Amino acid sequence: MKTKSFLYPIALAIGLPLTAHAKLNVVATTPDFAAVAKAIGGDRVEVTALAKPTEDPHFVDAKPSLILKLNKADVLIEGGAELEIGWLPALLQGVRNPRIAIGAPGRVRASEAVELVEVPATLDRSQGDLHAMGNPHFMTDPVNAVLVARRIADAFCRLDTASSEAYRANLKKFEATVDSKLVEWQKLLAPFKGQRVVAYHNSWPYFARRFGLQIDLFLEPKPGLPPTPAHIADVMTKMKESGARVIIVQPYLNRHTAESVARNTGAVVVDVASFPGGIKGTEDDYVKFMDHLVTSLANALSQSAANKP
Amino acid sequence: MPAVALRAQEPDQATQIQQLQQQLRKIQENFEETLRQQRQQIEALQKQIDALQAKTPAGATYQPPVATSPPPATASPPPAESGPPKEVSQAQETKPAWSPTSPITLIGGQRSYLNLSFDALFAAGGSTADDIPHLQLGGHDPVQRGFTAQNLETVFEGYVDPYFRGQASLVGHIAPDGDFHFEAEEAYLETIALPANLQVKAGQFLTEFGRINPTHPHTWSFVDAPLVVGRFLGAEGLRNPGARVSWIAPTPFYSELFFAVQNSQGATAYSFRGSGHSHDHEGDDLIFGRERIERETDHLGDMLFTPRYAVSFDLTENQTLLVGASATFGPNNTGQDTDTQIFGMDFLWKWKSPRHHAGFPFVAWQTEVMARRFEAGAFAFDENGDGMPEVDLPRETLWDYGLYSQLTWGFQKGWVVGLRGDWVSGERGAFYPDPDRDTRWRISPNLTWYPTEFSKLRLQYNYDDRENIGVDHSVWLQFEFMLGAHAAHKF
Repeated sequence: MKTKSFLYPIALAIGLPLTAHAKLNVVATTPDFAAVAKAIGGDRVEVTALAKPTEDPHFVDAKPSLILKLNKADVLIEGGAELEIGWLPALLQGVRNPRIAIGAPGRVRASEAVELVEVPATLDRSQGDLHAMGNPHFMTDPVNAVLVARRIADAFCRLDTASSEAYRANLKKFEATVDSKLVEWQKLLAPFKGQRVVAYHNSWPYFARRFGLQIDLFLEPKPGLPPTPAHIADVMTKMKESGARVIIVQPYLNRHTAESVARNTGAVVVDVASFPGGIKGTEDDYVKFMDHLVTSLANALSQSAANKP
Repeated sequence: MPAVALRAQEPDQATQIQQLQQQLRKIQENFEETLRQQRQQIEALQKQIDALQAKTPAGATYQPPVATSPPPATASPPPAESGPPKEVSQAQETKPAWSPTSPITLIGGQRSYLNLSFDALFAAGGSTADDIPHLQLGGHDPVQRGFTAQNLETVFEGYVDPYFRGQASLVGHIAPDGDFHFEAEEAYLETIALPANLQVKAGQFLTEFGRINPTHPHTWSFVDAPLVVGRFLGAEGLRNPGARVSWIAPTPFYSELFFAVQNSQGATAYSFRGSGHSHDHEGDDLIFGRERIERETDHLGDMLFTPRYAVSFDLTENQTLLVGASATFGPNNTGQDTDTQIFGMDFLWKWKSPRHHAGFPFVAWQTEVMARRFEAGAFAFDENGDGMPEVDLPRETLWDYGLYSQLTWGFQKGWVVGLRGDWVSGERGAFYPDPDRDTRWRISPNLTWYPTEFSKLRLQYNYDDRENIGVDHSVWLQFEFMLGAHAAHKF
């Protein structure tokens, strides 16, 4: 048909199917939830992530194309805990999709599955842009990923009972993989237990807790504020005192600051991502993503130990 | 027969087994229930301990996981020092239990029925113009040398029930005479559960015409309203009580159709059955040399109708295009049968870095073009009563055109440089010169610094050239702060 032949390239270009299918249409706000959803859903689901793996997840543009994706979704997986507060509410206002309304079977709020840390006792923005419900960067702890995976599997089973056995089997497989991988990852980082690592933003408390690292020095003076010379000087002093020689930087953060700190302290800068796909080769795969995160950190830590004066 | 005896015995034994099994199950259930209760108690207590520990000054915002704080209270396995860790699959979901030390959020943050925020927008500066209130066309623009309280806005927002979302913006500003003007700028509900991709909005709301009109001044990239918006849609923007339905069309790209019906009278319907120019010169009830007359709402045709169609494409992963066409039709009060039509096209192109931090860097180009057809009624006025009217204007159709185009570049985190060009002009009518219709253009470069997303500081220069008046220079420093619930930003 004429209309179809006209629409087809557009549909292809923006990655939308023209025909309806029985697959569950899953939309995840960030690529980590998308990766877990893919592991659970396999080829029975179509998964889209709204945020790019390289971008700052707090500041995604509420583009109209995302409204359309949410409008057609059967499942919405969000982090919650104010991770997407700057953009998801604006999108949902216009989405008019009861399948993913709050409380609907298709709405999965991942933060409800895990216990959040760093819940501020008082809300005070003079302390920077705090998250009122706790730190929302919980997916770098594999145990949390499993808890979230179970929530996702529950949602898939609710909505697609015919395939629930497959989802349960995939969940088992995912749990088993993460189980055995966790042993490996903990072994890799065990020699560096208690060591201090510097980060730009406080995105790593769950990771640090799981792997026995101390990631409590930040280039940001307060959450969301740019580094100041005085603060950087303070960080460098603390690095020298505690022998911290590794700085981790996410793709969207200013690498220059980290590099100049590294030059002055003899530290190494390590590129890590908080999302699958943030570093090439880790797309759509939670285990690959964690593999990269753990090995690159372990390598940097052993390298910095070898370089010690 | 033994077989019979056996059979007789069988049911007896079977029931006994059943009973025992039931007993066992009950005991097991009780045991599990007790276990669960105790586990919950342990968790609650552990959480209280954690919360109390977190309150001690040593653990300001973050506690190093190993050095000072005990392992957190999850049922999930603690990091094993050596040897294999416990199975991840034993991980338990723990529902955070409430404890007396938990923070209590009264307003906002998905923990209350109402999100409340307050935004204050001020400007300071001056202009070479002697008639700054005429130079600045927006009702919330800086209008005098010195300071202007542009926009003090309180927003209430939340879900009303499973069917509606409600929002209200109460806005105040301080006029040059020191009077505080307060208005219910918007108060509307929006449906959230209509079928067929439909949504209805009803109440008092800013008309969805173009890009600037439906938005509030503190979201703008410039200190003041674009000239074409002030001239065609009025100082306060086009807004009135009414209802709007919108429909997301089943196209493979985003496309949405809007249709609004609103009242066409009042100070917020300038080109229609409005009053005055703006609230800065109240009592001046002339438009294009003509007196505004009494004109009632007699039939449906006396309402204001506003259709709009918007489409959007992602040109690449990082570039988005949004194009819209709007029109608004309604009666005006220069005659009993005179109508106004305004047509507009809007265009937004935005690039945002795939590795943006807090939204930076980005480049955005936004343009709106409008045309207005205004049927002006005949008007004669004999001021000195000599039978020869000094003012004698015929019935005529006045065409006006205008556009603005603005480019903003967020070149590094927190910093945006912008450039806007404005142009408005009217085909010459019987009433001339008319500063409300004469050609004028304006160039406005500016620089904005956002210390965080809750505050901003902006410096802007305006070069104004008005036909029959001349050139003026203005410099404005604008500052804003915001309190309360975190706002989500529309595209």
